[in-house]
Amino acid sequence: MYEGAVQNLIDELGRLPGVGPKSAQRIAFHLLSAETADVKRLVGALVEVKERVRFCSVCGNVAEESECRICRDPRRDTSVICVVEESKDVVAIERTREFRGRYHVLGGAISPIEGVGPDDLRIKELMTRLADGQVTELILATDPNLEGEATATYLARLLKPLGLRVTRLASGLPVGGDLEYADEVTLGRAFEGRRSLDF
Amino acid sequence: MYVSHLQLADYRSYEAANLELEPGISTFVGPNGQGKTNLVEAIGYVATHGSHRVANDAPLVRRGAERAIVRAAVVRGDRRAVIELEINPGKANRARLNRSAGTRPRDVLGILRTVLFAPEDLSLVKGDPGERRRFLDELLVARAPRYAGVRSDYERVLKQRNALLKSASARYFKQRAEPDLTTLEVWDQHLAEAGAELLGARLVLAAELQPLVEKAYGELTSSAGSPALHYRSSAVEEGDELPVDRPQLVDVLRAALAEARPQELRRGVSLVGPHRDDLQLRLGDLPAKGYASQGESWSFALALRLAGFELLRADGDDPVLILDDVFAELDSERRRKLAEHVRTAEQVLVSAAVPGDVPPELMGARYRVREGTVERER
Ligand SMILES: Nc1ncnc2c1ncn2[C@@H]1O[C@H](COP(=O)(O)OP(=O)(O)O)[C@@H](O)[C@H]1O
Ligand SMILES: [Mg+2]
Ligand SMILES: [Zn+2]
Repeated sequence: MYEGAVQNLIDELGRLPGVGPKSAQRIAFHLLSAETADVKRLVGALVEVKERVRFCSVCGNVAEESECRICRDPRRDTSVICVVEESKDVVAIERTREFRGRYHVLGGAISPIEGVGPDDLRIKELMTRLADGQVTELILATDPNLEGEATATYLARLLKPLGLRVTRLASGLPVGGDLEYADEVTLGRAFEGRRSLDF
Repeated sequence: MYVSHLQLADYRSYEAANLELEPGISTFVGPNGQGKTNLVEAIGYVATHGSHRVANDAPLVRRGAERAIVRAAVVRGDRRAVIELEINPGKANRARLNRSAGTRPRDVLGILRTVLFAPEDLSLVKGDPGERRRFLDELLVARAPRYAGVRSDYERVLKQRNALLKSASARYFKQRAEPDLTTLEVWDQHLAEAGAELLGARLVLAAELQPLVEKAYGELTSSAGSPALHYRSSAVEEGDELPVDRPQLVDVLRAALAEARPQELRRGVSLVGPHRDDLQLRLGDLPAKGYASQGESWSFALALRLAGFELLRADGDDPVLILDDVFAELDSERRRKLAEHVRTAEQVLVSAAVPGDVPPELMGARYRVREGTVERER
């Protein structure tokens, strides 16, 4: 244990994803010996991201205004919604230029081990968006791993009574992986070859 | 196939070892505790990515070292592959194939195939169902490495489902909260799908093993008594037939899960699925476990391993046969018959504390093992 401020910093860093106690200590000491100006820039970036960036009130994607760039774009097709786990998946799909509809960011996937159930995801918000009947197709683009599949299964069952066309990205995506790591060509193909889910 | 070269760094008692091996029979001799099993265990690790002695990898790394490296050159016909595994307990292993990085461990699974006989094999007959499930699953993976993925998918589903059942049952007991059945049904479906794939493969395998076990058992012992394998699924009642067709197995599992649901919610664990199954072994009308004599149990255990060997051999290529200190456990008749049976394998690696325990026909190239060093005897 270190004294007050240093230990506080280590504790805070240790709460970040992917940062264990050893890395937290290393980063803390790196910051201690860094130039004041560099540290101030980092602090500025942290504060700015919290002040300026928020989540789109419609789809949950990161946004700098109350709605994200995609939801505000009138050229986007409003009859299709692509459901993804995280904002970074939106970026990955946008890179393929295959998709002209809108998104819905769930904020994760169902994972009982991590204590994440349907109520912890933005599923109610999705149901609200579907209420006016404008949307006719829903593409479930959760990660091609177990938790992503389970989330897709859950949604497909939930949506069944609405009578929408519900599709899942075609296989060919690296199984067990993250959508964001799929290359553009593979992801683009997966979009084209999406198949209807039927439960 | 055969292993032509083995190199170890910080594996068990070996700081460094480097040895050339030949096809045919090789025998490792040395007093107990000198490192014979460690050596053949390392070869088994290259084949299965696990130890036959311990469930986790930490004990495989030499005390005081951070990671162990096992490198083996495997010759199959006119092709040679160099497999290197870096064992990092608690973290992902790293693999290299023919010295090039960027290989995933699962890409090198299945290149080397081994069948390992060890004193622990008696627990195939006398031990818990888990021992027999592992026997089946390891054989599945050796025959088709993709089953390693099927197995880990199933285990992942099981973990998730158990976590859900556990929290649902805790909430029920504390707050009388009704469980979220929609979410549970999603996991039922995934458990049934992953489970049906594993279950179907095990059923086919058990049927293929049956005649081979009978034959091997008959060759090992002159006593009467016919061995039988019976796959006992937790999804059906004793005596009920299981379909072999995968979609039908999915239905069977889903129905069994539906029936077990109240009990599962009460206890907070998954009670139905391949993780609860057993491969029951019978001799004549009696279960082998609890009834068979020590000699009969050994014959059954050896017959299971030999059947596995025959099955892999029939796929087109002899697996490397490893006999770790088993002769000391057997009477002279079983020793001789086992030796007779395995002699023809492309490569046989034998270890023994007392050279006299090894039948003369299995005395091939001799290696002396002493305090973590191996030396060829000329
Ligand atoms: N991780 C380890 N680090 C150092 N020594 C080990 C390790 N694991 C096992 N050993 C040592 O290896 C020896 C056992 O070797 P083993 O191959 O089982 O002997 P045997 O020749 O009887 O088959 C023991 O002396 C044990 O202390
Ligand atoms: Mg030994
Ligand atoms: Zn938006």
